[in-house]
Amino acid sequence: MGIQAWTYTLVFLSFALYIGIAIWSRARSTSDFYVADKSVSPLANGMATAADWMSAASFISMAGLISFMGRDGSVYLMGWTGGYVLLALLLAPYLRKFGKFTVPDFVGERYYSQVARLVAVVCAIFISFTYVAGQMRGVGVVFSRFLEVDITLGVIIGMALVFFYAVLGGMKGITYTQVAQYCILIFAYMVPAIFISIMLTDNVIPQLGFGSALSDGSGVSLLDKLDQLNTDLGFNKYTDGSKSTIDVFFITAALMAGTAGLPHVIIRFFTVPKVSDARLSAGYALLFIAILYTTAPAVAAFARTNFINTVHDQPYSEAPPWFKNWEKTGLLKWDDHNGDGRMQYYGKNRSDDNAALVNEVVIDRDIIVLANPEIARLPNWVVALVAAGGLAAALSTAAGLLLVISTSISHDLLKSVFMPKITERQELLYARLAAGAAVLIAGYFGAHPPGFVAQVVAFAFGLAASSFFPAIILGIFYKRMNKEGAISGMVTGIGFTAAYIIYFKFINPAANNSAHWLFGISPEGIGTLGMLLNTAVALTVAKFTAPPPASVQRLIEHIRVPRMDSGAA
Amino acid sequence: MTEQNGQRERNIALRKYWRSNLAIVSFLLSIWFVVSYGFGILLVDQLDHIRIAGFKLGFWFAQQGAIYVFVVLIFIYIGFMNRLDKKYDVHEE
Repeated sequence: MGIQAWTYTLVFLSFALYIGIAIWSRARSTSDFYVADKSVSPLANGMATAADWMSAASFISMAGLISFMGRDGSVYLMGWTGGYVLLALLLAPYLRKFGKFTVPDFVGERYYSQVARLVAVVCAIFISFTYVAGQMRGVGVVFSRFLEVDITLGVIIGMALVFFYAVLGGMKGITYTQVAQYCILIFAYMVPAIFISIMLTDNVIPQLGFGSALSDGSGVSLLDKLDQLNTDLGFNKYTDGSKSTIDVFFITAALMAGTAGLPHVIIRFFTVPKVSDARLSAGYALLFIAILYTTAPAVAAFARTNFINTVHDQPYSEAPPWFKNWEKTGLLKWDDHNGDGRMQYYGKNRSDDNAALVNEVVIDRDIIVLANPEIARLPNWVVALVAAGGLAAALSTAAGLLLVISTSISHDLLKSVFMPKITERQELLYARLAAGAAVLIAGYFGAHPPGFVAQVVAFAFGLAASSFFPAIILGIFYKRMNKEGAISGMVTGIGFTAAYIIYFKFINPAANNSAHWLFGISPEGIGTLGMLLNTAVALTVAKFTAPPPASVQRLIEHIRVPRMDSGAA
Repeated sequence: MTEQNGQRERNIALRKYWRSNLAIVSFLLSIWFVVSYGFGILLVDQLDHIRIAGFKLGFWFAQQGAIYVFVVLIFIYIGFMNRLDKKYDVHEE
């Protein structure tokens, strides 16, 4: 079978599976819809969290980014996994003990204030929408390349599917489809990685093959070879960084705190029966995520080696079919500047004796993972598997985000603030309507992405880090924190971070370089500074205003302990 | 009277439980900080002079090692906390 037939088959089978699960696990109550009736096992929740978390960005884009950034790519690897340690140790058990449905629920009750709740709702909706548009785009790209349908049609098919199982099944349906999606995406990620690891280094385990000697008999290790290739072609050494240490530090911290503050991740820990289950599922989640995250840097190094070896200085007339296929999408370009019919691939810092050489190949980072199996000439079914895996990653994250948006509207806005008298049936109906509307808006942005979507997604982390993260941590660990402190902290943190990002990305992009950055911190890392500001403002304001009421202090004592009453009493 | 005493003792126990909890969390987070921000970022160039199994050590921590340690840290935390919950009789049925 050809690649396209395989892709149709695998994508169709996986979609049929998701729909089957949705019908089997449809939601019957608001508790089902919001938190799967708090009956998900820690293992299933760990897988669901991993799929919820690993988006099109993790599956499709991350290894590609690392493959171009080399050591600087570590910010994503450590940032997006280290956040789970914070989540497991500082947030998940306490929020589970709190036992309500949403993050704004916690902020609203802990800070005894509808204003705080509204600030949290607005942050949650904004963060989730920016993120979900990126997922729909990922769905569109996979469809257009592998099934050769229009990007818009691809987005519509993806929307229809997510609509079906998110609206019907709510959190319950989403949880069990995410379990299936995790299995598909991790299989799809590992199979080509293992194949390529064996081809390049004779090592079955990509994590080890990454450091092994090449199997070409030269005895040179893969990373040394890659450093050599990069240097020869005028790129930085692969294992050296070019970002400043302070910037790497701040970006990593922003991604970690942002991960721990993302509402669609936090909400997953509301779905397990017990506090100890919340801890355990955070452990499982990171274990399942780590399988992909430790493979990604290996894939990045393999892909770069293969790409340079297959493309650089090869005649275009003999270019492999994948090269021409990706050229059609516009994500890969070749211009024969020197008219020799060969494809030259060069970096910026060339030495004197080859300064005249001109780079002729422009490659979009997003295609590295998708093109990798074809570059390595793997069997057709492996290529198709990667397409199905990319769809699983994008759809699972999109569904989790849509649920946060619909819950924020039906529960946090309507039920808690504007229409407290509605019945459970009505609330459930509003939740479904909100999920439906959110799918349509997300789909629109996926098909017509404003130019800044990709950039904004990265900043969702900075915003989450500078708003939710300190408010929740202080709410649990500092009893004296009051509503005045928390609200002024959140507003300062998110205001400062958003202003910095908007200034450098939209108002004055020409100045977006380290010479103009505050303390040399890029917009990607500024969320960390926003978080510190948030904390400082919150602590100062709380010192000069009234302490929280006794009922709130009792609430804090209650969430700090898995079970309050003594067994003897 | 005895009931009040019992409640007071329970409160003291719960306060001790919370302090132990904070000690465990601080201990594990300091390891978390050292492997990622320490080895993977601040000391990465120094550690890169050491080579182990084809990797420069700093590069390995930044792209592999820190992640393995993160996973282990959470499971150690789970073990510690389950023991602590039982010791102070705050575990769930």
